[in-house]
Amino acid sequence: MKKFIALMLAMLMVMGLMAGCSSSETAAEAPAAESAAGAIKLGMCGPLTGGAAVYGTAVQAGMEIAVEEINAKGGLQFALNCQDDEHDTEKAANAYNALKDWGMQIMAGPVTTAPSNVVAGECANDQIFMLTPSASGVSVIEYGDNIFQICFTDPNQGVASADYMASRELGTTIGVIYDSSDVYSAGIYEKFAAQAEANGLNIACVEAFTADNKADLTTQVTKCKDAGCDLVFLPFYATEAAQVLTYANTIDYSPIFFGCDGLDGVLTVEGFDPALAEGVMLLTPFSADSSDVATQMFVAKYQDKTGIVPNQFAADAYDVIYAIAQACEKGGVTADMSASEINAIMVEQFTSMTFDGLTGKGMTWAATGEVSKSPMAVVIENGTYVGVE
Amino acid sequence: MSFLQYLINGISIGAVYAIIALGYTMVYGIAKMLNFAHGDVIMVGAYASYCVTSYLGLPAIVSILVAVAVCTLLGIVIEGLAYKPLRGTPSLAVLITAIGVSYFLQNAAQLIFGSAPKNFKSIVSMKALTLFGGGLTITGEVLVTIVVCVAIMVGLTLFTSRTRMGKAMRAVSEDRAAAQLMGINVNQTISVTFAIGSALAAVAGVLLCSTVPTLMPTTGAMPGIRAFTAAVFGGIGSIPGAMLGGILLGIIETFSKAYISTQFSDAIVFSVLIIILLVKPAGLLGKQIQEKV
Amino acid sequence: MKKLLKNKTVLANARIYLLVTLGFVVMFFMNNAGMLSSSWKGYLVPICVYISLAVSLNLLVGICGELSLGHAGFMGIGAFTGIVIAALLKGKVESDFLRLLIAMVGGGILSGILGFLIGIPVLRLRGDYLAIVTLAFGEIMKNIIGNLYAGTDNNGFHMAVTTTKMALGDGGKYIINGPMGATGVQKLATFPMGFLLVLFTLFVVLNLVNSKEGRAIKAVRDNRIAAESVGINVTAFRMKAFVVSAVLAGMAGALFGLNYSSITASKFNFNTSINILVFVVMGGMGNILGSVISATVLYVLPEAMRSLEDYRLILYAVVLILVMLFTWSPKVKEKVAIVSDKFSRMFKKKEVETNG
Repeated sequence: MKKFIALMLAMLMVMGLMAGCSSSETAAEAPAAESAAGAIKLGMCGPLTGGAAVYGTAVQAGMEIAVEEINAKGGLQFALNCQDDEHDTEKAANAYNALKDWGMQIMAGPVTTAPSNVVAGECANDQIFMLTPSASGVSVIEYGDNIFQICFTDPNQGVASADYMASRELGTTIGVIYDSSDVYSAGIYEKFAAQAEANGLNIACVEAFTADNKADLTTQVTKCKDAGCDLVFLPFYATEAAQVLTYANTIDYSPIFFGCDGLDGVLTVEGFDPALAEGVMLLTPFSADSSDVATQMFVAKYQDKTGIVPNQFAADAYDVIYAIAQACEKGGVTADMSASEINAIMVEQFTSMTFDGLTGKGMTWAATGEVSKSPMAVVIENGTYVGVE
Repeated sequence: MSFLQYLINGISIGAVYAIIALGYTMVYGIAKMLNFAHGDVIMVGAYASYCVTSYLGLPAIVSILVAVAVCTLLGIVIEGLAYKPLRGTPSLAVLITAIGVSYFLQNAAQLIFGSAPKNFKSIVSMKALTLFGGGLTITGEVLVTIVVCVAIMVGLTLFTSRTRMGKAMRAVSEDRAAAQLMGINVNQTISVTFAIGSALAAVAGVLLCSTVPTLMPTTGAMPGIRAFTAAVFGGIGSIPGAMLGGILLGIIETFSKAYISTQFSDAIVFSVLIIILLVKPAGLLGKQIQEKV
Repeated sequence: MKKLLKNKTVLANARIYLLVTLGFVVMFFMNNAGMLSSSWKGYLVPICVYISLAVSLNLLVGICGELSLGHAGFMGIGAFTGIVIAALLKGKVESDFLRLLIAMVGGGILSGILGFLIGIPVLRLRGDYLAIVTLAFGEIMKNIIGNLYAGTDNNGFHMAVTTTKMALGDGGKYIINGPMGATGVQKLATFPMGFLLVLFTLFVVLNLVNSKEGRAIKAVRDNRIAAESVGINVTAFRMKAFVVSAVLAGMAGALFGLNYSSITASKFNFNTSINILVFVVMGGMGNILGSVISATVLYVLPEAMRSLEDYRLILYAVVLILVMLFTWSPKVKEKVAIVSDKFSRMFKKKEVETNG
């Protein structure tokens, strides 16, 4: 027993030591930090491990590319520190505090909505400017005037999808499958359902799954097929969409599949047969196959760095850094300003400036923090995204 | 017609649960430990198979053999390093070690393969059977999974009842001390059990990912817990029980999604489990052990 | 003899209280003096929460010998009840401290009632079957909370468990919004309240353990049949421990829920239950002080390893395995003993040499 307590206490001491040096260590380890003496410190937190890690790592890579590019140009310098929140509200608070200890001046995160709800509360409280690349929940920006999003809010996407379907008369009988345990998916579905009703769309079948039972989505697809749905709305992420499409193919079920920005990246799921995604429609602000020069350069760099094609998360993250850089330059932000001074300048800049990025041209922000950019409907043809008018 | 389709879907996922549950139940029956790392061994097996087919371009059958070999080896290594030193200590100590191993495998997989999901290409090339003019579809994966599941169950039952090693396993499961007195090498028997359990995990991993094509470091975790539930459901320690429990769990899950509510299917599945355990406290086919004073 | 024994337990308990109070006082003053980093400030409340959870689970696992894998379920009930109560009392109860206290008591009571209801059927089972049923219960709770809507509008308070969103009338405001969880929660939790919770938990659990009932509970753990034969009402004692543990977990959950501006049901999953169990087993089953220390150390450990980036959690896993091996394995212990023996001999030899 005594030995045990001694062991525990020894571990505690070691930890204390580690905690003591960790603050200086992370700063040194953060890429781009060493090149910049007077760099503005950007913090990011997101799921770098665990089930949602694919989004966190995409955002991290996208931001690192942007920071490297901006720092290479000279002028304003940035340092980026990425912390893991494991897609967990509690760990997000810890990640945020770790970033604060590092001296974060601007929050360029978090990645997912649930942790963002916690971090946004803290940022509003501490008056640290926050611009999230991909946390699309509407609740996120309600925490304060200094919380901004660069992605569409979920309700926006739900409403836009329902409007798009109604105006194009895409389907007569609509089925929905969504993840009821996921804030993003449930948020889109909720507003979609309301708007679809208003538009007089016929929703015949609504099926849900949760993070715990998403291993098997066959029942949900079968139910949509039985209900005779000729349009199935899939407001969730590419991983599960790959499952749905694969199973639909095995049971010879081929309605129009319609998704939101989360579906982007379905073509790049390693080992997924793109032929199965033929004819899938989605609303997304970014496609990696765009002929836009900036996009192509970004895609090439991203592939160099990670070996995979960037998805919309990575592009949003890239835009976040450039938007922040633009606002910093215009507002005359310097590295020796305090976080709250920067906050005031950023809020002023963001509500007045126009930004051109990979995920949209002429983006503007409302005082609420919501972005205004137009979603683009694309359809998958021959394994690539083709814009539809 | 849709009833039959749901039934087949249920059996299909249930058969996968059953194979995983067989691994759980064997290890529990003999080593008396809940091996929470079992689900992650499945994930390793699936990654091994994926690497062989996708990166080396070898045929599916080779990939299964490689997966089985990798997992068996992994099982022996885990058992030797993490579990064997703790033999004879309270089962909770081993349980926590198993959780440590589970965390280790998941994070190691993420470091090696990255967090992006991979789409597992089914190892079954058989075309789906379509009956009643498209009203009912039975995929090749379903048939293969069920056949493999039954074959494994029969094989295991024969192994434990006919072979010398199998008999030793049953003896160790019944009374470890007495078995030792009879000259059975208990340590070796338990190690062999782990090896077999891990080999089954490899097969389960390949079949799981053939049915559900998403492969990522956390793939094994949830099916692992489901299968553990299935093993208890059928009576933990019983080989036919694991099979029955797995298939029933799959069917209940699918039916509750199909006819009651997809939102509450988790709650329904676990409520049924609780009710069954209250009626039959040792599971469906478990033996009620007489307590001795 | 009897007096001495009593003195021993009193001494041991005093040591636990002393250590916890000392820890609180040091942290409290360091915090007030601005010596703590933001990270450490953020750890204070969760550490108190996890200490309470670990101690209350230890009552079940260590003292009673019942493996429970659904402790996070009770924590979740407490958290969401606490959030609803705190939101409803906003403007009605002025003092934040009092409001937090009421929320925690409410969370504890509801969690205790559910614990009792669940306990009636569940406690008929034993061992691993009890474990799986508690796991099942935790999953059911998570699933139900994930479809729970609560909110207020001009007509008052509404609550529903539905698959479609509950509609609210004019002036409607959601407190819990189904799968989206609770957002915009006012952060009421404070470190002193966390400390009070820890003291309360220790007081309840230590008193129970050292009372006549506690001895009966331990007798049930060590040999149920023998205990039954000398007239101990086994079920009643198990139930008591189960409910007490649920109440404490509910209170801790309420404090936890009110420490973050947002929380979702998925937080209270199997992994959280397992984490608390890890604290208990690492601290030593039945060892209350051990639970306190291990909850603190293991909570801070993965956070302190943040600088290791990708290798953080894999190292945490390795630490977990190694600590289990070093504290439990007879063989490893033996080897450690031999090595340390050699070292001490080496030193002694040197001493002799220098002396000579």
